Amino acid sequence: MMENSIAWILLFPLFGAVLSSLLGMANRKVCWPIGVLSALGAFVAGIMTLIRVIDSPDHMVVYLFGGWTLDSFPRGVGIEFRADLLAILITLIVLGVGLCVAIYSKLPVKEETPGKEHFFYPLFLLQITGLAGICLTGDAFNLYVLIEVAALTGYGLIAMGSKRAAAATFNYVILGTIGASLYLLGVGYLYIKTGTLNMVGINEFIGATEGLKESSTMQVAFVLICLGILIKMAFFPLHAWLPNAYCHAPTATSCLLAPLVTKVMIYVMIRMVLTVFGVDFSFESTLWSSVLPWLVVIAIVSAAVMALAQREIKRMLTYLIVAEVGYMVGGVWIYNYYGMVGSIFHIISDACMTLCLFLGAGLILRKCKTTRFDGLRGLFSKMPLTMTGFFVGGFSIIGLPPTCGFFSKWYLITGAMVAECWEYMVALLFSTMVMVVLFFRLIERIHLAVNESGENLGKGHGDLGLTKEQTRFSEGPLTMLVPLLSAAAVVLAIGIYNQEFVNLIEIFLDPFDLPGEPLIK
Amino acid sequence: MKNASLIPVVLVGFLLFYASIDFPEWGDPQSPASTADVSSHFIAKTGVDTEVPNMVTAVLADYRGFDTMLETVVVFIAGMAVLAILRNFSRKKPVKRGHEVSVEPDLIVTNTVRLVVPVIQIFSFYVLAHGHVSPGGGFQGGVLMGASFILIALSWDLERALTRFSINRCMVVAALGILLYAGIGVLSMALGGEFLDYAELEKVLPVSREMARYHAMLGVEIGVGFTVTAIMFALYANLSSRGRLEGGL
Amino acid sequence: MFEDVSIFLNELFLERLNYVIYVVLLLIGLHAMIAKNNFIKKLIGMSIFQTAIILFYVSIGVKEGATIPIYLPEHDPHGEQAYATGGPEALTVEQVTSYANPLPHVLMLTAIVVGVATLGLALALCQKIYQGYGTVEEDELMAKLEKEDASSRKPKTHPAGKSSSKPEVSSRARRSGTNSVGKTTAPQAKKSSGTRKTKAPVKKATRKSDQKKGDSK
Repeated sequence: MMENSIAWILLFPLFGAVLSSLLGMANRKVCWPIGVLSALGAFVAGIMTLIRVIDSPDHMVVYLFGGWTLDSFPRGVGIEFRADLLAILITLIVLGVGLCVAIYSKLPVKEETPGKEHFFYPLFLLQITGLAGICLTGDAFNLYVLIEVAALTGYGLIAMGSKRAAAATFNYVILGTIGASLYLLGVGYLYIKTGTLNMVGINEFIGATEGLKESSTMQVAFVLICLGILIKMAFFPLHAWLPNAYCHAPTATSCLLAPLVTKVMIYVMIRMVLTVFGVDFSFESTLWSSVLPWLVVIAIVSAAVMALAQREIKRMLTYLIVAEVGYMVGGVWIYNYYGMVGSIFHIISDACMTLCLFLGAGLILRKCKTTRFDGLRGLFSKMPLTMTGFFVGGFSIIGLPPTCGFFSKWYLITGAMVAECWEYMVALLFSTMVMVVLFFRLIERIHLAVNESGENLGKGHGDLGLTKEQTRFSEGPLTMLVPLLSAAAVVLAIGIYNQEFVNLIEIFLDPFDLPGEPLIK
Repeated sequence: MKNASLIPVVLVGFLLFYASIDFPEWGDPQSPASTADVSSHFIAKTGVDTEVPNMVTAVLADYRGFDTMLETVVVFIAGMAVLAILRNFSRKKPVKRGHEVSVEPDLIVTNTVRLVVPVIQIFSFYVLAHGHVSPGGGFQGGVLMGASFILIALSWDLERALTRFSINRCMVVAALGILLYAGIGVLSMALGGEFLDYAELEKVLPVSREMARYHAMLGVEIGVGFTVTAIMFALYANLSSRGRLEGGL
Repeated sequence: MFEDVSIFLNELFLERLNYVIYVVLLLIGLHAMIAKNNFIKKLIGMSIFQTAIILFYVSIGVKEGATIPIYLPEHDPHGEQAYATGGPEALTVEQVTSYANPLPHVLMLTAIVVGVATLGLALALCQKIYQGYGTVEEDELMAKLEKEDASSRKPKTHPAGKSSSKPEVSSRARRSGTNSVGKTTAPQAKKSSGTRKTKAPVKKATRKSDQKKGDSK
């Protein structure tokens, strides 16, 4: 069992999906327990794999599907799954978020899409399978199939809501297909020049063959792959699909997709840059490392400004996702050790804090029937626990210690200073100011007696114009509250124990020579 | 909008033409893709490893069997998603749109289809099973079988096809297909190999390691065929009737 | 100078003609996906785009003078020669070059199936959009969505029971096809003026149905 733990990470949700679709046809109520149990099983398998990776000599676990082991068969004959430290950390985040949202989703699914649980939970579990597989795979074409698994389940999950969601999903389908097909085309160009699809095999071929790095085909392959991945991760200005799709999606769907999908795509970009193409090809043979930091600056500033213009919580959060994607892409492309550490740590922390925010927004929506700013008056007395969880996520996005957001921003700014990439640092600081304004304006709006159109509803001295009934303590249900509070606890825990994570990341980044590496480890 | 969209198209076109300069010539037997270790292994050793004459089926179902399982899962997802989006459980009668007409099934068409559908279904079984030796396999056979049900739905009406193969049965068959595929993989894991290592099945089947791969490939293709058949028909039934499963094309 | 140009054109068009064809198809598909107004035409463009990529991959696997990747009778693992030698044998390097590369074919089987799945899902979305909004043209849909968003953003007077800009009602009630309103004398098969559905009276969102009944195209 232990040696097949990587397979079980993918198989638990797969079997859970098939079983819940079969048994759910007879009785809808059995879908939620199956969903939670499968997510739990996958999480346990993930923890076992993490222990194996940390204990193994070179911090890597290799698993070959079909038994085509590397000692008797050439590399690339079978499909290889490589779990190194980066992969298993991100996989654990995926599985953890999946477990959290699986528990959370019991009531929202029943209320927003009644009668469709036996469609929701299979799609939900298969989305977790797809995302976990993307993080673990070591084969470029298998990565395409897994991206499509994640994408198709995402389309289904979003469009299951109202007709407005269906209209938003269509745009997502068109853009997502362009992105995935560009990635596929890039892999085709790699194949035509190297003859293999295995990621490590491609890297070895590039290193062994003279003149391949200057070949126009390889340069264009790199451009196409990165362009496809940038579309899928909603990098400005290719982000047009994200706000509408995540805003109008059902609550449980947006809680699953928002923290995970874009971050996993950033992992794919890091994997392509470091493992497939290699550090010297990606950063020195192409123009990207000089062009991208400026695009990142435009992305971060525009996303932050657009978030400022929103009047509704969920839309504001989606623009914050776009800004965070800008941070992480910038961290990769400033070509610096600390930037890369910051980027990887930011993937982990951003997933957790976005989860907090969206879980909280879902609870607020359920209670207040609206997420517009002026519908939220008096929430601090009505739902104090929810607000605590929500604002832990908010302070983490701003970057206040001891939440994890502070430490990831610290590493990113350090990387910008060491690489002397001042534009990126200015963009980081500017957007942090904007986010401070955003969240404190929200706090003010909840505490204020004046509504959006300016009329004063209270009678002064802190009176918000609400009756005693409206400010009575009435929290959300337990299945929704416990995941939110545990997500907030995880955000604080990752912040307090950040050195453990950074040590693991530094072990992973050891074999790659990035400039700015500390001389004393 | 039409003129503005030409800019990214022209840029992408320029990029792709720039890449084509360095391609190997079309059909060059010395190109990297043709002389790679991976392809040479597939061509040279498929007979030795799996005793299957059709290299494409061997690569699809055995060497890269995990990809094929994920592909089957993609088909399943498409069916689930279409049902989730369109399926309408309300009992109200749909309004007849202006451009819809109701037609009686035609005598010639129905009788021809009555004769042809059994032949199509037998042919689909043949394509599935003979995929080891000639072009074919699970996907191709499954699509043919699904097409036979769609033919019934087209010549008579959807309700008659649904009495043969209802939507609930479609979903059960599709799920069973994936269970069969993943079940063979888990069986190989339980017998000591990796997931989808069919050679380990020699411990339960009275054949050699290579023939165990041969037979497991057939089992896996049957699983794929189940899922593809069911989902093809389910997609057609939902799309043509707007989710109501009455009337429609 | 003319020699260079002619060599360049020869290299591009005569020896790599298949790649030029696939690039042209890809650009046609990409342009249709971005520029066309009708959703169905966008999907046709998506299909062309994916087909072009499939053509590219299959053309990678071509070897001059090679046969299809199924063993000929003399190499067949169950054939007479294999029976004579007591089991199938691995092929030599020269025999390998007489077979086409099987790997691109396998990859494209997967890609075709994935493309079909995406197309099916996108068509289901088109159906749902048509049921909900009565149009599959992008500009008309945008106009209707803008109107819907604007109406939900108006200042609300009553605190409870109103709809937000994010509809959370079950979509079943909306899609029920009850008698349509605004059906003129000659019901055309055209995009928008064909059918108008009334929203079945739900607890919330009565204002939207008023607006829908109000404007006629």
